[in-house]
Amino acid sequence: MKNNFLKIALIVISLVIISPAKAAGLEEYFFASGKIRVVIAVAAIVLLGLITYVIMLDRKVSKLEKRNKES
Amino acid sequence: MKTWLKVLAVIFLVYAVVASLMFPLAPGGLTVDIEKITPGENNFTFTGYNTHFKNDSLQVFVASGNTYFCCTVLEVIDDSRVRVSAALPDTLPSNDIGFYANTPVDGTVYVQKPIGSKEFTFIEGAKPMSACEVKVANDEHREFGYPFQIIIFETIRNLMWHVPMWFTMFVLMGISFAQSIRVLAKSGREDSLDASISFKTIAMFDLKAATAANTGLLFCVLGLITGSIWARFTWGDWWTNDPQLNGAMVVFLMYMAYFILRNSVNDEEKRTRLAAIFNIFAFILMVVLLMVMPRFAEGLHPGKSGNPAFSSYDLDSSLRMVFYPAVIGYILLGWWLYSIHLRIKKLEWRDEK
Repeated sequence: MKNNFLKIALIVISLVIISPAKAAGLEEYFFASGKIRVVIAVAAIVLLGLITYVIMLDRKVSKLEKRNKES
Repeated sequence: MKTWLKVLAVIFLVYAVVASLMFPLAPGGLTVDIEKITPGENNFTFTGYNTHFKNDSLQVFVASGNTYFCCTVLEVIDDSRVRVSAALPDTLPSNDIGFYANTPVDGTVYVQKPIGSKEFTFIEGAKPMSACEVKVANDEHREFGYPFQIIIFETIRNLMWHVPMWFTMFVLMGISFAQSIRVLAKSGREDSLDASISFKTIAMFDLKAATAANTGLLFCVLGLITGSIWARFTWGDWWTNDPQLNGAMVVFLMYMAYFILRNSVNDEEKRTRLAAIFNIFAFILMVVLLMVMPRFAEGLHPGKSGNPAFSSYDLDSSLRMVFYPAVIGYILLGWWLYSIHLRIKKLEWRDEK
């Protein structure tokens, strides 16, 4: 689950942020429209971090469930 | 965690996310396209941000100290660009030159940039004939908007994303610190009074301390990454030598060391005590590094050097309205994540016994 999530997240990030930024140049891309894209990048990272933590908790619960079934 | 607290967390977070992205930036002046002013005609384009120059009562003026020279509007290109012409005399009262634009909607916006003015004679108190009396309908921008600041621009919204991370980290590390103190207070007493305290109580305190520090570390990492991105596009580098940044990095490494220490001791009783002692030192050092040290050093973070008061943050009322709910929302979310993690850890602990 975690690997899949990371793959999807990386694809989305590279499609939405990195490839246009590479095409236009880092500064030009992020300085456009009053630097609003910096805010978008920061917001995306906060959400990604929180979701990653929830996924980690999810996996821990799955492990517990599995152990309880076995015993 | 109580259900109403979870509801409160969701409400505050949704409000913070929506409000931080939705409200516009207040209008401001970006730049003028001249490098030097000369006596006589000066033609230039005044560029604003979020302004409404297509207003009929648009006024543009050049200021020299407290004396103003009204400009003739040649052409309004669009809402943010206007081409004007300023007629200036040979003598100016001050070499403090500023460019102003005023509309009833935006209030007064200004551009302050270093400008060449070598061809003028400056006589203090001079009253040039061509100076004009400025009468503006509205000096202030009255609609809701985040403050406009040059270089920062829209990234002022990051205040509602980056800063709450650190507040949440502080609260979680505080919980961790308190639990570590409880570990030390209860353990190591073999006298009859405390014989009733089983090892399980102490182990639970230790578990709480470790879990809170774990969740706190998540917010520390998020704060570091978001701060680094913000720094790249406002201060110009991914990492600067700001005391706050280096302090935060040390805090991150310190708590990593806490987990390494805690996981490397096999004897459970010894582990709880060692980890607790390390954690108490780590918290105290964190307060020193992030709250005390930056006050004694020059840094790039606002509101840190000088007078150590909370009001020294340059927050205006529009930012406060969103910033404080965001802080409360993230603190509650951090607590929520911590309590879920703790329940899992407790179950794991019980399973191992």
